[in-house]
Amino acid sequence: MSEPTGATAASAAPDATDVESALPPAPPPGAPLLEIRGLKKYFPLTQGIVFKRTIGHVRAVDGVDLTLRRGETLGLVGESGCGKSTVSKLLVALEKPTDGSILYKGRDVAKMGGRALKQYRREVQIIFQDPYASLNPRMTVGDIVAEGWSVHADIAPRKGRLKRTQELMDRVGLNPDFVNRYPHQFSGGQRQRIGIARALALQPEIIVCDEPVSALDVSVQAQVVNLLEDLQDDFGLSYLFIAHDLSVVRHISDRVAVMYLGSVVEEGTDAQVYGSPSHPYTQALLSSVPLHEPHLRGQKDRILLQGDVPSPANPPSGCRFRTRCWKAQDICAVEPPALVDRGQGHPAACHFAEAREIVPVDVD
Amino acid sequence: MTTLPSSTSSVRDGGATAPILSVEDLFVEFRTRENTVNAVNGISYTVSQGETLAILGESGSGKSVSAQAIMGILDMPPAVIPKGEIWFEGRNLLTLPEEEGRKVRGPGISMIFQDALSSLNPVYSVGFQIGEMFRAHRGSSKKEAKQHAVELMDRVRIPAAAQRVNDYPHQFSGGMRQRVMIAMAIALDPKILIADEPTTALDVTVQAQVMDLLKDLQRETGMGLVLITHDLGVVNEVADNVAVMYAGRIVERGTVDDVFTSPAHPYTEGLMNSVPNVEVKGGRLQPITGQPPNLSKIPSGCPFHPRCARRRLGADALPGRDCAGDRPPLRLVVPGREAACHYSEEVLGV
Repeated sequence: MSEPTGATAASAAPDATDVESALPPAPPPGAPLLEIRGLKKYFPLTQGIVFKRTIGHVRAVDGVDLTLRRGETLGLVGESGCGKSTVSKLLVALEKPTDGSILYKGRDVAKMGGRALKQYRREVQIIFQDPYASLNPRMTVGDIVAEGWSVHADIAPRKGRLKRTQELMDRVGLNPDFVNRYPHQFSGGQRQRIGIARALALQPEIIVCDEPVSALDVSVQAQVVNLLEDLQDDFGLSYLFIAHDLSVVRHISDRVAVMYLGSVVEEGTDAQVYGSPSHPYTQALLSSVPLHEPHLRGQKDRILLQGDVPSPANPPSGCRFRTRCWKAQDICAVEPPALVDRGQGHPAACHFAEAREIVPVDVD
Repeated sequence: MTTLPSSTSSVRDGGATAPILSVEDLFVEFRTRENTVNAVNGISYTVSQGETLAILGESGSGKSVSAQAIMGILDMPPAVIPKGEIWFEGRNLLTLPEEEGRKVRGPGISMIFQDALSSLNPVYSVGFQIGEMFRAHRGSSKKEAKQHAVELMDRVRIPAAAQRVNDYPHQFSGGMRQRVMIAMAIALDPKILIADEPTTALDVTVQAQVMDLLKDLQRETGMGLVLITHDLGVVNEVADNVAVMYAGRIVERGTVDDVFTSPAHPYTEGLMNSVPNVEVKGGRLQPITGQPPNLSKIPSGCPFHPRCARRRLGADALPGRDCAGDRPPLRLVVPGREAACHYSEEVLGV
């Protein structure tokens, strides 16, 4: 099916460009490409206008460990306010971490110098949620896609840029003749394709997809999901796929991490997390997802959580989830549970983790 | 064109009683200087006591506009209702004078919206806003109204209602704000509640809480619920019947079980195939190609034909059933199921 057109196919192979590399070459597929260790991001809460005093911190991300392997899709799910978008901003170096480290190809991003950091920023691209707000309305599509090359001029020689842009547009399913049109002349799904072409233009290793389909209509979502899957196969991309839609995440991800209030509570392959969820929060989350099959209706355990997510400015002691958990004991208030395997086959951050089937599996 | 009565009673099995609300052949257009946008193009449906009717469609399918026409909250102009009837309690709401219409709708039909924060007034306390229903329609005093507000907040399970009645909308979380709006909507025990994407802006665990609440309230009061949504899962879990809308028309209608088990319209079929579900990790998604139509230039014939995988044009089509030339009417395909497709039998496989 995939017939990468001309120069666009030139790409992810590390030797494709004659760029003098400031970073080591990419590891083989399946080896860790990006490692996040103990990542924290606190935003200060201030009071006063002239003399600002810090009166506390919002702990948006509070100790996250994740590993993204080359060529895989890691899904990151959680509800609003759990810190998943802050993780994406930290990854593309739009925010500086308060603590912890991001290791890319074995090197700490915080310690990278100018040239290495520039290359890191090229190799880790992002697609945003809102295709209306994330494209400059005064730039043509061609200019948007090609903008990255004004910084990373070595990727596309100045002469062939227009052709290259049109090839990219063709690759993401846009009519190359529309290169001089403006974003408002496109629909939501087409705009998201522009965002994808812009990210691809820099020949990235990793694309951070921050809710890439949640603003799109249902019938258009599938087109974009399929495009992302095709591009991954063609260019060997790795995705960090952030979304709140558990069905889409299950569909696209090889591994899934569930976040609650700034930390990862459970991690595993999609079959482990969806088939035998072990953290009470994951179980509650999955039990809330409406099923699509009439004959499965009413067959799942309903776990209705009480109350709201606590404020990340003042999170509960010990386990973050204990205030809404039906399993909570005294130990939960004292000791934060580590994200380890307690016999359920994959890591979960709960003292009383126990695998349980929540979503009935369709037999036919 | 000929076989269809304007309102078909064959599909309803939500309640045995006669319909409370009946929309008949409703058209809504938006006229601007440049063009006319045909948002709703002749839809008919009824809602009975205790029934939950889901109206499923994507943005621009006309599902919200038809609800706004029922509520009388369309901005006219630019909106125009050239044709149609909306019957409620023996009266056609579209012909009533404005003040009269308000008196009928106020206590009888209410609506909740997707975005609770922008639907609530930020400068009044929630208790004042809930109590307004009683002051406006029942002539209650301020003190009585507040008393009622506390009771309602209790009923929609807002914790510590008595303490929170004087709080302002921004002090509530998204789920709690939606409950405040539900409290306002059920204040006068309406016969019909229209919920326009009530949980779209909410997280999935909160969505489950709010849908549970709506179902419980419906069970208590027997109100008819019109649930407008694009979420197939929500439809499957809470609705009895479903009407699928595309380009301002109902393209398929039937019980949720029937429609979800075997759709009779290619658009419904396409929607089901393009959405991943949480139960199974399926193979590749099969998207519907193309974009939803521009409502000022709706395609001729079947509005879905440019995107349809099963379309038959020209020589392939049966006489009088060319998908690009002949507009398919909403017709009874099998008992209990209507679809607006020339070739529904093929889609169903009957």
